Amino acid sequence: MAQRTVTVASASGLHARPAKLFVQAAMNVGVAVTIRAGEKTVPAKSMLGVLSLGAVHGTEVTLEADGPGAEEALDTLAALLSRDLDAEDPAHA
Amino acid sequence: MPDTPTQALAGLGVSQGRAAGPVVRMAGPPALPAPRPVTDPGAEAAAVGAALEAVAADLTRRAAAAEGEAAEILEALAMIADDPTLREDAEARARDGLDAAHALDAAFAQHRDALSALGGYLAERAADLDDLKHRAVAFTLGLPMPGLPAPGHPYVLVAEDLSPADTAGLGPDVLALVTERGGPTSHTAILARSRGLPAVVACRGITGVPGGTLVGVDGATGEVAVGLTGEEAELIRERDRAERARLAASQGPGRTADGHPVKLLLNIGSAADLVPDGEGVGLFRTEFLFLDRKQAPPFEEQVAAYAEVLGRAESVIIRTLDAGTDKPLPFLGLPDEPNPALGVRGLRVDRVLDGVLDTQLEAIAAAAKATGAQAWVMAPMVTTVEEAAAFARTARAKGIAKVGLMIEVPAAALRARALLREVDFLSIGTNDLAQYTFAADRQHPALADLLDPRQPALLELIAMCAQAGAEAGKPVGVCGEAAGDPALAPLLVGLGVTSLSMAPVCVPAVREALAGLTLEECRERARAARE
Repeated sequence: MAQRTVTVASASGLHARPAKLFVQAAMNVGVAVTIRAGEKTVPAKSMLGVLSLGAVHGTEVTLEADGPGAEEALDTLAALLSRDLDAEDPAHA
Repeated sequence: MPDTPTQALAGLGVSQGRAAGPVVRMAGPPALPAPRPVTDPGAEAAAVGAALEAVAADLTRRAAAAEGEAAEILEALAMIADDPTLREDAEARARDGLDAAHALDAAFAQHRDALSALGGYLAERAADLDDLKHRAVAFTLGLPMPGLPAPGHPYVLVAEDLSPADTAGLGPDVLALVTERGGPTSHTAILARSRGLPAVVACRGITGVPGGTLVGVDGATGEVAVGLTGEEAELIRERDRAERARLAASQGPGRTADGHPVKLLLNIGSAADLVPDGEGVGLFRTEFLFLDRKQAPPFEEQVAAYAEVLGRAESVIIRTLDAGTDKPLPFLGLPDEPNPALGVRGLRVDRVLDGVLDTQLEAIAAAAKATGAQAWVMAPMVTTVEEAAAFARTARAKGIAKVGLMIEVPAAALRARALLREVDFLSIGTNDLAQYTFAADRQHPALADLLDPRQPALLELIAMCAQAGAEAGKPVGVCGEAAGDPALAPLLVGLGVTSLSMAPVCVPAVREALAGLTLEECRERARAARE
């Protein structure tokens, strides 16, 4: 089981636009990834699941996946979470 | 064209301007029929999947046609409709024997409750789930999907009320908004004003007007003329075009016809809202800095945000954090209250949480020093003279040059004279002052008439504050929605207020309304309104 623990860097936390970008990326990695915050684990492809984690700026989350491509998929998603996606929003620049 | 008599409906005008066009009604949420006996659970599960796919496809198509923030909101909604967990839940319920519509209804309800339970800004997503549920259920029942129509020609949008998801998709074809429900501070009203769209809310009977009927909407008076001829509609449009051209040419400081100055100020939420018009900022809301935080924003980040606005506007009134149990912020960690509007909100948060206000005041003082600007700072939800004195002491000790108070509580308005012995200025928040004066919830759809700012009791309170300001030689402004209404602005000036602070888009119409009347005429209107 591959695993990455990362701190949510987006100013608005893991909902609104950052959640959308994360879930879109999770759909594209081709591996089933789960994301955990505290006691709660949800599929990374589930927008409702990701929202329900209630992860805010600074929350530590753990990504997990199995099988071929897992390491690469987790690297991609962990890198996304550790960027401030709100700051990259052209509408707010 | 037959000469049919026009019929007039009366509502509450909440966003000025005139428009005319055919009515297009927004389909309301579908009624859920009684459960249907299921013979083929597999077919029901397939219908569930098809409905969710259709909703996601429709939203994705709308997102592609929208821009900016609206496109983002619609894309996020499409992704929720596409959610694999939601789909599995709904399909499982169908396989267990529910018909497609009830399976969807139950699955959405479960996720809605989960989000509601998380509270705060996530609870607002619960309304999005209701919206998606209505779309999916309508699809399985073969009904038109609720939500914004796209008739392919300009139209007057008529609805029971509008949700945030509806308003995000509002395209350029919409000429005006008319809703059966809603009040002057409802979502519909605020959005319409920010977009400069004429709007009438609380218009009884409008949803009974058949689609395609030509109507004329006056967003100032609240009158909706039903059954116009094509020529009458064209005349209204011509007048509106002329009026817009006149406003576009409007500039300069606020003055009555006889030269009495009234400062026209802007309500902003961040530096991004600043426009070249207006004579400064009358209300800088600082909540955006505090959204979705586990901890208060760091001192340096606050200094930078305040300095950005202080450095760009000629004068700025900053309101300290206006949150609490009515507008929960995660980092405050306040417990739920049975009656949040009467609970710990605004300045009252300082009673239970040390440090948030102090840090904010220090950051504002540092930003003022760095930019060389003078910081005017006011506290929201002040009730007593003791609270005012304590706030003024703290703010001055931190180096704030001008200290003021928001007047939102009737008790504070009644003691305006004593308050002005403690502080340098007052700013009247008419939305909350109306809510508390008339004991009517701002969001309550059935109480819109009780929130109308033209009511004499509210005008009396505003007059008391203005009078106290005149005696003390200190500014007393209005920064609620009433200040941006060109029909109300002269009345407020007649009551004696010295500045009006409003959404930037409202400035030209208010300036022109004041320029058309002398101070004595404004006073006459105020006298008549208080009788």
